[in-house]
Amino acid sequence: MNSVRALIVDDSSVMRKIVERCLRQAGIDLKQVLEAGNGAEALTVLQSNPVDLILCDINMPVMDGLEFVKQLSGVANAKGVPVVMITTEGSEDHVVQAISCGARGYIRKPFTAEQVKEHVIPVLAGK
Amino acid sequence: MKPVSKLLTANSGHENWVPLIAAAAREVFELMLGCQLTGPTSAEAIPPDITAMVGLTGGLCGVLSVRCDERTAVLMTSKMLGAALDKIGPEVSDALGEVCNMVAGNFKNKIPGLGDGCQLSPPTVITGSEYDLHFPADSLGLDVRLGFEGMPIAISLQIHSSGLSVPGQVLAGEEPNTVDTKA
Repeated sequence: MNSVRALIVDDSSVMRKIVERCLRQAGIDLKQVLEAGNGAEALTVLQSNPVDLILCDINMPVMDGLEFVKQLSGVANAKGVPVVMITTEGSEDHVVQAISCGARGYIRKPFTAEQVKEHVIPVLAGK
Repeated sequence: MKPVSKLLTANSGHENWVPLIAAAAREVFELMLGCQLTGPTSAEAIPPDITAMVGLTGGLCGVLSVRCDERTAVLMTSKMLGAALDKIGPEVSDALGEVCNMVAGNFKNKIPGLGDGCQLSPPTVITGSEYDLHFPADSLGLDVRLGFEGMPIAISLQIHSSGLSVPGQVLAGEEPNTVDTKA
Protein backbone atom coordinates (compact mmCIF):
# COMPACT_ATOMS: atom_id res chain seq x y z
CA MET A 1 0.00 0.00 0.00
CA ASN A 2 1.27 3.47 -0.88
CA SER A 3 1.83 6.17 1.69
CA VAL A 4 -1.41 7.78 2.72
CA ARG A 5 -2.30 11.40 3.37
CA ALA A 6 -5.09 11.35 5.96
CA LEU A 7 -7.43 14.05 7.23
CA ILE A 8 -8.88 13.38 10.69
CA VAL A 9 -11.92 15.48 11.61
CA ASP A 10 -13.08 15.47 15.22
CA ASP A 11 -13.77 18.21 17.74
CA SER A 12 -11.72 16.31 20.31
CA SER A 13 -7.95 16.66 19.88
CA VAL A 14 -7.49 13.58 22.07
CA MET A 15 -9.71 11.55 19.76
CA ARG A 16 -7.82 12.80 16.70
CA LYS A 17 -4.59 11.53 18.24
CA ILE A 18 -6.19 8.17 19.07
CA VAL A 19 -7.45 7.77 15.52
CA GLU A 20 -3.99 8.58 14.15
CA ARG A 21 -2.40 6.04 16.49
CA CYS A 22 -4.91 3.39 15.42
CA LEU A 23 -4.15 4.04 11.76
CA ARG A 24 -0.45 3.54 12.44
CA GLN A 25 -1.15 0.41 14.51
CA ALA A 26 -3.24 -0.85 11.60
CA GLY A 27 -0.07 -0.81 9.52
CA ILE A 28 -1.10 2.12 7.36
CA ASP A 29 1.91 4.10 6.19
CA LEU A 30 0.94 7.70 6.90
CA LYS A 31 2.81 10.19 4.77
CA GLN A 32 0.89 13.14 6.19
CA VAL A 33 -1.80 13.60 8.86
CA LEU A 34 -3.97 16.70 8.75
CA GLU A 35 -6.45 17.60 11.46
CA ALA A 36 -9.61 19.65 11.70
CA GLY A 37 -11.96 20.36 14.60
CA ASN A 38 -15.18 20.45 12.57
CA GLY A 39 -16.53 20.11 9.05
CA ALA A 40 -16.01 23.75 8.13
CA GLU A 41 -12.36 23.64 9.18
CA ALA A 42 -11.94 20.42 7.24
CA LEU A 43 -13.31 22.01 4.06
CA THR A 44 -10.78 24.83 4.48
CA VAL A 45 -7.94 22.34 4.97
CA LEU A 46 -8.97 20.52 1.81
CA GLN A 47 -8.85 23.69 -0.27
CA SER A 48 -5.06 23.58 -0.21
CA ASN A 49 -4.27 19.98 0.72
CA PRO A 50 -5.08 16.90 -1.32
CA VAL A 51 -5.68 13.79 0.81
CA ASP A 52 -6.22 10.07 0.23
CA LEU A 53 -8.45 9.29 3.21
CA ILE A 54 -10.81 11.17 5.50
CA LEU A 55 -11.91 9.95 8.93
CA CYS A 56 -14.70 12.04 10.35
CA ASP A 57 -16.79 12.33 13.52
CA ILE A 58 -20.51 13.10 13.13
CA ASN A 59 -21.43 15.23 16.16
CA MET A 60 -19.32 18.37 15.93
CA PRO A 61 -19.98 22.08 16.42
CA VAL A 62 -20.16 24.56 13.54
CA MET A 63 -20.57 21.89 10.84
CA ASP A 64 -21.32 18.28 11.63
CA GLY A 65 -19.89 15.29 9.83
CA LEU A 66 -22.94 14.55 7.70
CA GLU A 67 -23.10 18.09 6.33
CA PHE A 68 -19.35 17.99 5.72
CA VAL A 69 -19.64 14.80 3.65
CA LYS A 70 -22.50 16.33 1.63
CA GLN A 71 -20.36 19.36 0.81
CA LEU A 72 -17.32 17.31 -0.22
CA SER A 73 -18.67 16.85 -3.75
CA GLY A 74 -17.87 20.50 -4.41
CA VAL A 75 -14.24 20.23 -3.31
CA ALA A 76 -11.74 19.39 -6.04
CA ASN A 77 -9.19 17.89 -3.64
CA ALA A 78 -11.83 15.53 -2.24
CA LYS A 79 -13.00 13.98 -5.52
CA GLY A 80 -13.11 10.21 -5.03
CA VAL A 81 -11.54 10.40 -1.58
CA PRO A 82 -13.09 7.78 0.72
CA VAL A 83 -14.66 8.99 3.97
CA VAL A 84 -15.02 6.76 7.01
CA MET A 85 -17.24 8.04 9.81
CA ILE A 86 -16.10 7.47 13.42
CA THR A 87 -18.79 8.29 15.94
CA THR A 88 -20.66 7.36 19.10
CA GLU A 89 -23.90 7.47 17.11
CA GLY A 90 -24.16 3.79 16.27
CA SER A 91 -27.80 3.46 15.33
CA GLU A 92 -28.86 2.02 12.01
CA ASP A 93 -30.49 5.31 11.13
CA HIS A 94 -27.19 7.15 11.49
CA VAL A 95 -25.32 4.55 9.44
CA VAL A 96 -27.87 4.83 6.64
CA GLN A 97 -27.69 8.62 6.77
CA ALA A 98 -23.89 8.59 6.63
CA ILE A 99 -23.74 6.17 3.72
CA SER A 100 -26.44 8.06 1.81
CA CYS A 101 -24.42 11.26 2.29
CA GLY A 102 -21.42 9.61 0.67
CA ALA A 103 -19.46 7.94 3.48
CA ARG A 104 -17.78 4.65 2.55
CA GLY A 105 -17.45 3.21 6.04
CA TYR A 106 -18.65 3.57 9.59
CA ILE A 107 -16.83 2.86 12.85
CA ARG A 108 -18.59 3.14 16.18
CA LYS A 109 -16.83 4.52 19.25
CA PRO A 110 -15.43 2.90 21.33
CA PHE A 111 -13.23 1.08 18.84
CA THR A 112 -9.99 -0.86 18.58
CA ALA A 113 -7.11 -0.47 16.15
CA GLU A 114 -8.17 -3.80 14.68
CA GLN A 115 -11.64 -2.42 13.91
CA VAL A 116 -10.10 0.64 12.29
CA LYS A 117 -7.98 -1.67 10.16
CA GLU A 118 -10.99 -3.80 9.16
CA HIS A 119 -12.88 -0.75 7.97
CA VAL A 120 -10.14 1.39 6.49
CA ILE A 121 -7.96 -1.06 4.57
CA PRO A 122 -10.77 -2.21 2.21
CA VAL A 123 -11.82 1.38 1.67
CA LEU A 124 -8.28 2.39 0.75
CA ALA A 125 -8.08 -0.59 -1.58
CA GLY A 126 -11.20 0.66 -3.32
CA LYS A 127 -13.35 -2.29 -2.31
CA MET B 1 -49.15 9.20 27.94
CA LYS B 2 -48.13 8.70 31.54
CA PRO B 3 -46.76 11.73 33.38
CA VAL B 4 -43.08 11.66 34.15
CA SER B 5 -43.67 11.28 37.87
CA LYS B 6 -45.49 8.02 37.21
CA LEU B 7 -42.71 6.70 35.02
CA LEU B 8 -39.84 7.59 37.28
CA THR B 9 -40.71 5.79 40.45
CA ALA B 10 -38.24 3.66 42.31
CA ASN B 11 -39.90 0.55 40.91
CA SER B 12 -40.18 1.73 37.32
CA GLY B 13 -37.52 -0.69 36.17
CA HIS B 14 -34.97 1.98 35.27
CA GLU B 15 -32.72 0.62 37.99
CA ASN B 16 -32.21 -2.34 35.65
CA TRP B 17 -30.16 0.03 33.53
CA VAL B 18 -27.43 0.24 36.17
CA PRO B 19 -25.61 -2.89 34.90
CA LEU B 20 -25.87 -1.55 31.35
CA ILE B 21 -24.24 1.73 32.39
CA ALA B 22 -21.46 -0.27 34.03
CA ALA B 23 -21.09 -2.50 30.97
CA ALA B 24 -20.95 0.53 28.68
CA ALA B 25 -18.20 2.06 30.82
CA ARG B 26 -16.23 -1.18 31.01
CA GLU B 27 -16.21 -1.48 27.22
CA VAL B 28 -15.06 2.10 26.73
CA PHE B 29 -12.18 1.69 29.17
CA GLU B 30 -11.19 -1.68 27.78
CA LEU B 31 -11.21 -0.63 24.13
CA MET B 32 -9.99 2.96 24.36
CA LEU B 33 -7.72 2.91 27.41
CA GLY B 34 -6.69 -0.74 27.48
CA CYS B 35 -7.83 -1.07 31.10
CA GLN B 36 -10.23 -3.31 32.94
CA LEU B 37 -12.52 -1.46 35.32
CA THR B 38 -13.03 -3.18 38.64
CA GLY B 39 -15.73 -3.01 41.26
CA PRO B 40 -15.87 -0.02 43.61
CA THR B 41 -12.69 0.52 45.58
CA SER B 42 -14.35 2.06 48.62
CA ALA B 43 -17.54 3.73 49.75
CA GLU B 44 -15.86 7.03 50.57
CA ALA B 45 -16.80 10.13 48.62
CA ILE B 46 -14.86 10.93 45.46
CA PRO B 47 -13.40 14.43 45.40
CA PRO B 48 -15.16 15.76 42.28
CA ASP B 49 -12.13 17.54 40.87
CA ILE B 50 -13.39 17.04 37.36
CA THR B 51 -16.89 16.21 36.12
CA ALA B 52 -17.90 15.53 32.52
CA MET B 53 -21.56 15.62 31.51
CA VAL B 54 -23.42 14.67 28.37
CA GLY B 55 -27.10 15.48 27.87
CA LEU B 56 -29.53 13.01 26.38
CA THR B 57 -32.73 14.07 24.66
CA GLY B 58 -35.48 12.36 22.71
CA GLY B 59 -36.68 8.96 23.88
CA LEU B 60 -34.66 9.43 27.02
CA CYS B 61 -34.06 12.85 28.54
CA GLY B 62 -31.40 13.25 31.18
CA VAL B 63 -27.75 13.75 31.91
CA LEU B 64 -24.96 11.18 32.11
CA SER B 65 -21.96 12.28 34.11
CA VAL B 66 -18.51 10.86 34.86
CA ARG B 67 -16.59 12.30 37.78
CA CYS B 68 -13.28 11.57 39.39
CA ASP B 69 -10.37 13.24 41.10
CA GLU B 70 -7.56 15.00 39.29
CA ARG B 71 -5.03 12.20 39.58
CA THR B 72 -7.49 9.72 38.05
CA ALA B 73 -8.36 12.08 35.19
CA VAL B 74 -4.71 12.65 34.38
CA LEU B 75 -4.03 8.90 34.32
CA MET B 76 -7.07 8.32 32.09
CA THR B 77 -5.78 10.92 29.65
CA SER B 78 -2.30 9.39 29.67
CA LYS B 79 -3.77 6.00 28.83
CA MET B 80 -5.86 7.43 26.01
CA LEU B 81 -2.99 9.36 24.48
CA GLY B 82 -0.40 6.68 25.11
CA ALA B 83 1.86 9.33 26.63
CA ALA B 84 2.72 10.17 30.21
CA LEU B 85 1.15 13.30 31.68
CA ASP B 86 1.92 14.65 35.12
CA LYS B 87 -0.58 17.48 35.53
CA ILE B 88 -4.05 18.58 34.54
CA GLY B 89 -4.39 20.54 31.30
CA PRO B 90 -6.88 21.12 28.48
CA GLU B 91 -6.32 17.66 27.08
CA VAL B 92 -7.56 16.17 30.37
CA SER B 93 -10.93 17.92 30.07
CA ASP B 94 -11.09 16.87 26.44
CA ALA B 95 -10.33 13.24 27.30
CA LEU B 96 -12.83 12.98 30.15
CA GLY B 97 -15.48 14.60 27.94
CA GLU B 98 -14.83 12.01 25.27
CA VAL B 99 -15.00 9.18 27.80
CA CYS B 100 -18.34 10.50 29.03
CA ASN B 101 -19.59 10.87 25.45
CA MET B 102 -18.61 7.30 24.58
CA VAL B 103 -20.14 5.85 27.76
CA ALA B 104 -23.40 7.70 27.05
CA GLY B 105 -23.44 6.60 23.41
CA ASN B 106 -22.51 3.04 24.21
CA PHE B 107 -25.16 2.91 26.94
CA LYS B 108 -27.99 4.19 24.76
CA ASN B 109 -27.04 1.75 22.01
CA LYS B 110 -27.59 -1.07 24.50
CA ILE B 111 -31.21 -0.11 25.11
CA PRO B 112 -33.48 -1.61 22.45
CA GLY B 113 -35.29 1.13 20.57
CA LEU B 114 -33.27 3.96 22.04
CA GLY B 115 -30.37 4.24 19.60
CA ASP B 116 -32.32 6.03 16.87
CA GLY B 117 -34.57 7.99 19.17
CA CYS B 118 -32.08 9.58 21.52
CA GLN B 119 -29.54 12.28 20.75
CA LEU B 120 -26.44 13.24 22.71
CA SER B 121 -25.22 16.74 23.44
CA PRO B 122 -21.55 17.64 23.15
CA PRO B 123 -19.82 17.01 26.49
CA THR B 124 -19.52 19.71 29.13
CA VAL B 125 -16.66 19.48 31.61
CA ILE B 126 -16.49 21.16 35.02
CA THR B 127 -13.26 21.38 36.97
CA GLY B 128 -13.31 22.06 40.70
CA SER B 129 -15.70 20.98 43.41
CA GLU B 130 -17.42 24.22 44.39
CA TYR B 131 -20.68 23.66 42.57
CA ASP B 132 -24.10 22.10 43.06
CA LEU B 133 -26.08 20.33 40.40
CA HIS B 134 -29.85 20.76 40.46
CA PHE B 135 -32.16 18.44 38.59
CA PRO B 136 -35.96 18.37 38.25
CA ALA B 137 -37.53 17.20 41.50
CA ASP B 138 -39.10 14.12 39.95
CA SER B 139 -35.98 12.94 38.13
CA LEU B 140 -34.40 9.62 38.99
CA GLY B 141 -30.70 9.07 39.58
CA LEU B 142 -28.80 5.88 38.79
CA ASP B 143 -25.30 5.71 40.22
CA VAL B 144 -22.42 3.39 39.42
CA ARG B 145 -19.04 3.39 41.12
CA LEU B 146 -16.16 1.56 39.54
CA GLY B 147 -12.45 1.28 40.09
CA PHE B 148 -9.87 2.46 37.56
CA GLU B 149 -6.30 1.41 38.37
CA GLY B 150 -7.27 1.31 42.04
CA MET B 151 -8.91 4.73 41.97
CA PRO B 152 -12.65 5.35 42.10
CA ILE B 153 -14.73 6.87 39.35
CA ALA B 154 -18.42 7.66 39.62
CA ILE B 155 -20.87 7.47 36.75
CA SER B 156 -24.40 8.81 37.15
CA LEU B 157 -27.40 8.84 34.89
CA GLN B 158 -29.99 11.39 35.96
CA ILE B 159 -33.22 10.59 34.13
CA HIS B 160 -35.60 13.50 33.62
CA SER B 161 -38.10 11.62 31.50
CA SER B 162 -38.30 8.37 29.63
CA GLY B 163 -40.93 7.25 27.18
CA LEU B 164 -39.58 3.74 26.96
CA SER B 165 -42.14 1.12 27.92
CA VAL B 166 -39.72 -1.75 28.61
CA PRO B 167 -36.78 -0.24 30.41
CA GLY B 168 -33.86 -2.42 31.28
CA GLN B 169 -34.20 -5.06 28.63
CA VAL B 170 -30.75 -6.60 28.46
CA LEU B 171 -29.15 -7.40 25.16
CA ALA B 172 -27.68 -10.81 24.51
CA GLY B 173 -24.12 -11.13 25.71
CA GLU B 174 -24.40 -8.73 28.62
CA GLU B 175 -23.70 -9.94 32.12
CA PRO B 176 -25.69 -7.61 34.33
CA ASN B 177 -25.18 -9.55 37.51
CA THR B 178 -21.43 -9.30 37.57
CA VAL B 179 -21.26 -5.64 38.54
CA ASP B 180 -21.27 -4.39 42.08
CA THR B 181 -22.84 -0.96 41.91
CA LYS B 182 -23.01 -0.06 45.58
CA ALA B 183 -21.69 3.40 46.21
